[in-house]
Amino acid sequence: MKIALKNCQLIQPQQKINKKSNLLIEDGIIIKIGNLSAEDLKHAEVFDLKDNFVSPGFFDMHVHLREPGREDEETVQTGCDSAAQGGFTGIACMPNTEPALDSAEVISLIKEKAKDHLVEVFPVGAATVGRKGEVISPMAELFNAGAVGFSDDGVAIKNARILKTSLEYSAMFDVPIIEHCEDESLAGGAMNEGTTSTFLGLPPIPSVAEDLIVIRDILMAEYTGGKVHIAHMSTKKSAQMVREAKAKGIRVTAEVSPHHFTLTEETVKGYNTNTKMNPPLRTQEDVEAMLEALKDGTIDCIASDHAPHSLEEKEMEFEYAPNGIVGLETQIGLALTELYHKKVLTVEQLVEKFAINPRKILNIPIPKFEVGERANLTIIDPNEIWSVDISQFKSKSKNSPFNKRLLKGKAVGVINKGKMILNGKLKEI
Amino acid sequence: MPLSSRHLLGLETTPKEDIKLILDTATTFKEVLERPIKRVPTLQGKTVVNLFYENSTRTRISFELAEKRLSADAVNFSVSTSSVSKGETFKDTIRNIEAMKIDMVVVRHAAAGTPLYLTQLCDAHIINAGDGIHEHPTQALLDMYSIREKLGRLEVVKVCIVGDIAHSRVALSNIFGLKTIGAEVSVCGPATMIPRNIKELGVKVFYNIDEAIQENDVLNILRIQLERKAGGNFPTLREYHTSYGITNERLDKNGKDILILHPGPINRGVEISSEVADGSHQIILQQVTNGVAVRMAVLYLLGTQN
Repeated sequence: MKIALKNCQLIQPQQKINKKSNLLIEDGIIIKIGNLSAEDLKHAEVFDLKDNFVSPGFFDMHVHLREPGREDEETVQTGCDSAAQGGFTGIACMPNTEPALDSAEVISLIKEKAKDHLVEVFPVGAATVGRKGEVISPMAELFNAGAVGFSDDGVAIKNARILKTSLEYSAMFDVPIIEHCEDESLAGGAMNEGTTSTFLGLPPIPSVAEDLIVIRDILMAEYTGGKVHIAHMSTKKSAQMVREAKAKGIRVTAEVSPHHFTLTEETVKGYNTNTKMNPPLRTQEDVEAMLEALKDGTIDCIASDHAPHSLEEKEMEFEYAPNGIVGLETQIGLALTELYHKKVLTVEQLVEKFAINPRKILNIPIPKFEVGERANLTIIDPNEIWSVDISQFKSKSKNSPFNKRLLKGKAVGVINKGKMILNGKLKEI
Repeated sequence: MPLSSRHLLGLETTPKEDIKLILDTATTFKEVLERPIKRVPTLQGKTVVNLFYENSTRTRISFELAEKRLSADAVNFSVSTSSVSKGETFKDTIRNIEAMKIDMVVVRHAAAGTPLYLTQLCDAHIINAGDGIHEHPTQALLDMYSIREKLGRLEVVKVCIVGDIAHSRVALSNIFGLKTIGAEVSVCGPATMIPRNIKELGVKVFYNIDEAIQENDVLNILRIQLERKAGGNFPTLREYHTSYGITNERLDKNGKDILILHPGPINRGVEISSEVADGSHQIILQQVTNGVAVRMAVLYLLGTQN
């Protein structure tokens, strides 16, 4: 099977590519880049991409697939469908499942379930057995089974000693410890501590709960030489500490979720449980700090923290509802609207944050536009105006605070593993 | 003139005119409470559900009496007798209660925001009888009523709320209501019991109780929740009493004719000494009487809306 993608705006910052071109793909492999002759187009199905962006496939390094354990909320299959719909060709899934991803068997199960999908799934193993923070997991076994990092996500690694051991041990495989930064003794509230929490009478989570663990982890990364990745960073102070740590050459990287650069704690007014997440929505000052940190490279990548929850679980009293929102199908639109169109990031920077850096952090090969390379790419129409409609989500769960939000820019297609989804239609190529 | 809202969820957004209307209407009902037959037919045929997800004795009885004196049909639903223990969700419980054709719901719940959520789930008028550490509007209204009754006005009266401000729905509702009506509001307590951003609510903060006494006309003393003491917000009950307890000695020392309120139940010897609790400054039991009148006013004003 042969396809031709005509009128692509090819973008691959690592190769310093940002040019108008055409791609010829046969059996999932790029066989020609540039002007295509009549001979090239013979027997090829031709798609005119009308100057849409074509970049290496986007990668979301923070996704909760809920399988095994909560298949009523999401499965490997539906999570991958959601990722593809949202414009991603690869995801890393978090280990807070039931059971946790703390054995080679469960890691293999996830890999096996995902093997035929267009979207590649890279499991993050639990850093400690059962994510209990007591004993480190069999990291070598997990690594050999396909784990690309380790995390107790949902919580931080419980204490400094276990963190030290985890960093020392994981450094042997050069994979990061991915940290949900929150001090346990300050956790447990329902929203950010501030004026809004006082007005709403909701139990607060102070921002210093995040900052304390960020600085602990930075110090420990420096001490051990291990790699720490700060998941879903949300505070101004944390951004500043990561910025300084990077300047010192400490091996720390960071991600931000779209809700932390688009929404503030004010959104919680009205007690909509789809505004409840952890870390909580912060202040305008924090949002601006996230934009600044995206701009200057302190934040390496954007990740959704896609956290599906059933309707029953979210339809309840705010304080009792679980944390988190689905994000795979809204984040590219949010990033294009809020970052690209508002000139916070260039398109090259956006591709770095979505496609290049997450793979770098997890040591996953980065797709290139070269003849002989497997086609792994995302097609983006930067100017399509669309309205988020949760009923159209491929995800099993619909818990999004962005329903009906008007966005400019959308992923319209993905290609990977010899499959293409364009405008919602799957095709073997 | 009707109230501007279909519900009483809190005083944060309740306009001055509404507060005044409720307080003025309460005066009429207080007069009813003095009659030999303390009952009017105003809400005959209306059904009010008292939905109490959290233990309460005085607030529930006060509402129930208010409902009965307005001739409404009052139904009590409390968590120990409900199907919540069987795992029913809040939403399903509300749908069931609404299907029984009710007009008003008085709700007490441990989670903030639940009364607002209730307005999204059913068509009845909702009255917040306390939600988490958010608001308790009828308590604040009866406090304001009692101050006005005693001092003749609320405008420019200096009121200090003393105690665990950070975990008090009574404090928040009082702050909102008193500020709306034009009183000067301050709070006093240990720093650990005062929200960090309290100044953004436009109130003054005292850490020293003697200064608070000297500078205010009214002290509204909150109950120290004994179950919280182990949490470490203050070292010991003894130290709290020494630092913030209201005693005759302290009142005398500051030589001040001050009005003392307490929403109850009181912890004698902790936030208030027995001699103050039974003394000439306090109006604790008048507050309880006024509570019925104020709740009658709220029920009446909402229950007779179209």
